[in-house]
Amino acid sequence: MSDPAHVVILGAGHAGGTAAALLRQYGFEGPITLVGDEPIAPYQRPPLSKAWLKGEADAASLALKPLEFYPENNIDFRAGVTATKLDRAAKSVALTDGSSLAYDILILATGARAIALPIEGADLKGIMALRTAADAEALKAAIGPGKTLAVVGGGYIGLEVAASGRALGAEVVVLEREARLLARVAAEPLSTFFKAYHETHGVRFELGCSVTGFVGTDGRVSGVKLADGRTVACDAVVVGVGVTPNDELAKDAGLETTRGIVVDLDARTSDPAIFAIGDVAHRPMPIYDRMFRMESVPNALEQAKQAASAITGRPRPTGECPWQWSDQYDLKLQIAGYAFDVDQVILRGDPATAKFAIFHLKGDQVQSVEAINSPPEFMMGKMLILNRKPVDKAKLADPSISMKEVAA
Amino acid sequence: MAKITYVEHDGTEHVIDVKTGLTVMEGAVKNNVPGIDADCGGACACATCHVYVKDEWLAKTGSKSAMEESMLDFAEGVEANSRLSCQIKVSDALDGLVVNLPESQH
Repeated sequence: MSDPAHVVILGAGHAGGTAAALLRQYGFEGPITLVGDEPIAPYQRPPLSKAWLKGEADAASLALKPLEFYPENNIDFRAGVTATKLDRAAKSVALTDGSSLAYDILILATGARAIALPIEGADLKGIMALRTAADAEALKAAIGPGKTLAVVGGGYIGLEVAASGRALGAEVVVLEREARLLARVAAEPLSTFFKAYHETHGVRFELGCSVTGFVGTDGRVSGVKLADGRTVACDAVVVGVGVTPNDELAKDAGLETTRGIVVDLDARTSDPAIFAIGDVAHRPMPIYDRMFRMESVPNALEQAKQAASAITGRPRPTGECPWQWSDQYDLKLQIAGYAFDVDQVILRGDPATAKFAIFHLKGDQVQSVEAINSPPEFMMGKMLILNRKPVDKAKLADPSISMKEVAA
Repeated sequence: MAKITYVEHDGTEHVIDVKTGLTVMEGAVKNNVPGIDADCGGACACATCHVYVKDEWLAKTGSKSAMEESMLDFAEGVEANSRLSCQIKVSDALDGLVVNLPESQH
């Protein structure tokens, strides 16, 4: 670039950290300031509920880049601060340490925060969310043999924590409001499969139950109160009931928001000098012909690429199929796409073998696939979602026919 | 510690000292070497850390797990010497390793 501008990135999570690194990789030479509210440099969150919780990963392996990467690449990384106000007219942001930063280009990567339950006793010690390394540290210290962990919310975070809790020797009970696990995000056969698999590993479930409060002893949680009058005894609680985007700064500054900051295909907001990426962005997804907000690492990386490409004048990245994964016990779940406008669900393989896939179709096009220990179904499914090629449903449902032949 | 040479598709070489215990993927990503995306961070879930291992190094990099084999089977531009670099642990025995990167990671 002929006139290196100052890029300020608010939020040092997976999206913000990656955007800073990509700008340098793409040859951007201007100053970069990366501002994060956590005390540590950008790191990977997914292992927090898995390998890290089980003690199989350390802080250095979680870090996206080693700490010296930032000064070596002329990235001014500021930890433990957050922005309090965005002044678009002056192109400046005010920070919690009293300073302010002038920007030419601003990237909002402020992420999302865990929803806290507004119920009695929610402020007792031992009730946690799992979003940050500090949260994971607290959780790790609270569970182990002889302890009972109550997990409120039977979504992916809840199930991963349940699996890790069992690996650490804790008793685990999962409390879910809906009649099945993963009700908002997965097909019914997958919910049924996960419940049974967790039960064989000793996890207890209370489905269709409403949590009304927490009870404690000496300020520390000792039980979860349910609407039916029962109290489930526990030593620690993880609440995993979803997140809410940190879009207030943008909203207050008059940027277009709708439960997330609205952006275009370049991750640009309604202000051309401001981008928004990652969990906080409400973004277009052309293969589904709609806009929505995603909470995944691949989404954070893709949008970091979009913003860094737009800023450095590179062509827009293409060929994106959204995807995500989850590891529980010896299960690898890989999900490609989203089940929008689906009129048929096809099961391929037998859940009893812990190796199967669920395809979601709109007409004869694959919209999404959930694959358990089935990389071919995931990889070819991803391709079919992207190229929109019609599939032969009979072949798709027959696991004796290879995915290569199905996709041919 | 092992000196590893990452060769980008356009021929650009990056010579990196990678600590024992890290993976070949981590050696690239933590040093901002372009061409290895590693979307999943090493969970063997995405096949975006695909590399070609020089033939003389193939034996030393160990064998592929069933999961890696299966993921690679469906990646783009796969050759006999293809590996997922998140599955190769670095040790002194890999000092001098050369890996070539594909044109794109999909």
